[in-house]
Amino acid sequence: MLTITSIKNGIVIDHIRAGLGIRMFYQLGLDKADYSVALIMNAASTRLGRKDIIKIENNVDFDVTMLALIDPNVTVNVIEDEHIVRKVRPDLPDRVEDVIKCKNPRCITSVEKYVPQVFTLVNRELGQYRCQYCDEIYTVGKD
Amino acid sequence: MLKGRHLLDPTDFSPGELDEIFDFADQIIQSPAQFNHLCDSSILATLFYEPSTRTRFSFEAAMLRLGGNVVGFAEPASSSVAKGESVADTIRTVACYADIIVMRHPKEGAPRIASQYSPVPVINAGDGGHLHPTQTLTDLLTIRSVKHQLTGLTIGCCGDLKFGRTVHSLIKATSRYPDNRFVLISPKELRVPDYVTADLAAKGIPYQEVERLDDVISDLDILYMTRVQKERFFNEDDYVRLKDVYVLDAEKMRLARQDMIVMHPLPRVGEIAYDVDSDPRAYYFKQAKFGMYVRMALISKLLGVS
Repeated sequence: MLTITSIKNGIVIDHIRAGLGIRMFYQLGLDKADYSVALIMNAASTRLGRKDIIKIENNVDFDVTMLALIDPNVTVNVIEDEHIVRKVRPDLPDRVEDVIKCKNPRCITSVEKYVPQVFTLVNRELGQYRCQYCDEIYTVGKD
Repeated sequence: MLKGRHLLDPTDFSPGELDEIFDFADQIIQSPAQFNHLCDSSILATLFYEPSTRTRFSFEAAMLRLGGNVVGFAEPASSSVAKGESVADTIRTVACYADIIVMRHPKEGAPRIASQYSPVPVINAGDGGHLHPTQTLTDLLTIRSVKHQLTGLTIGCCGDLKFGRTVHSLIKATSRYPDNRFVLISPKELRVPDYVTADLAAKGIPYQEVERLDDVISDLDILYMTRVQKERFFNEDDYVRLKDVYVLDAEKMRLARQDMIVMHPLPRVGEIAYDVDSDPRAYYFKQAKFGMYVRMALISKLLGVS
């Protein structure tokens, strides 16, 4: 059994769909962190079967909506003195700029690099965003 | 108010605004000579980053018939684009010289970028496999003139529905009118992009995706044929395998209703046999003429001179 100690003050990102934790880890820049962080992959979960968890031993400030773009079902737990003081379920933002990269090779953003990558939310339930330029669909958690 | 607006997407204008353009196009069709000087001293710039015959000629003929002038390039190799100039810089420069800009570009969304940097109206004349709104104006004017309505139609789109920008635009535009339904006929590899069917599903508009034209042709009010476009394929083998999947000929036309019309944005390669041309239901060459008139109406409206 893998044991990772609980954290005193910081953040735990829980219920990450198995496999997406590492993407979230890099998106948050945790690979460059100078404080304690743990990425737990494929932990047992009654709800998901398997899940990933990220534990951050620091009160970092980051935009939780960005986490929703990778997996909208995560829970962000804020820990103080070893207790959960707040739970946040990030909501999908209506518009994102330079977060999602259009994967359509025919999109103008693939060649005109000065153009911001703009995506707008078109279906909250399905987590679907659309490229402002070429209409390519990006589905949260799948693409 | 259409003056000063851009046309990037077929739904940029409301159905009422489209009617305004179509009504004006009808007036031009009735007596073209009356409008010979409507755009005297105005300049249209045609920026064609991708080859085109009929769309470019149609725009140029439209402006010349309105008394205006035309500048532009027909291929990027003969312009500063070949030196690596960005779309934004090209547009900001051209907008100093022209009153209205028409752009065709192989990359999807390029005209939208152009519109963000242009103080004069920008018209999308086709962006990659994405949209072709002025072809849609042509198609809608043709349907309106022949069927006398844009509602309650069963519209079959056949061929390359993946890269066929005219189809994407047509579906987007006609799905705004009540009681239309769509039959999308293509091989699996060339089905319409997900965003097109997602839109139809979200609006609750009936559509079906099938592979055989023979099975559905008798249901259709309109059969919109498209060419499998060699220039959209990254792989030559895929193009060769798919290019002749659908060929509409006189024998297949016998299965269709007498009031069905056949449309095609042209150019055709092999997807409509020549024996269909004499069939009174073949409208694709008449479409080309409607295209010039509707572009005359569009240019006049965006310049605010009508």
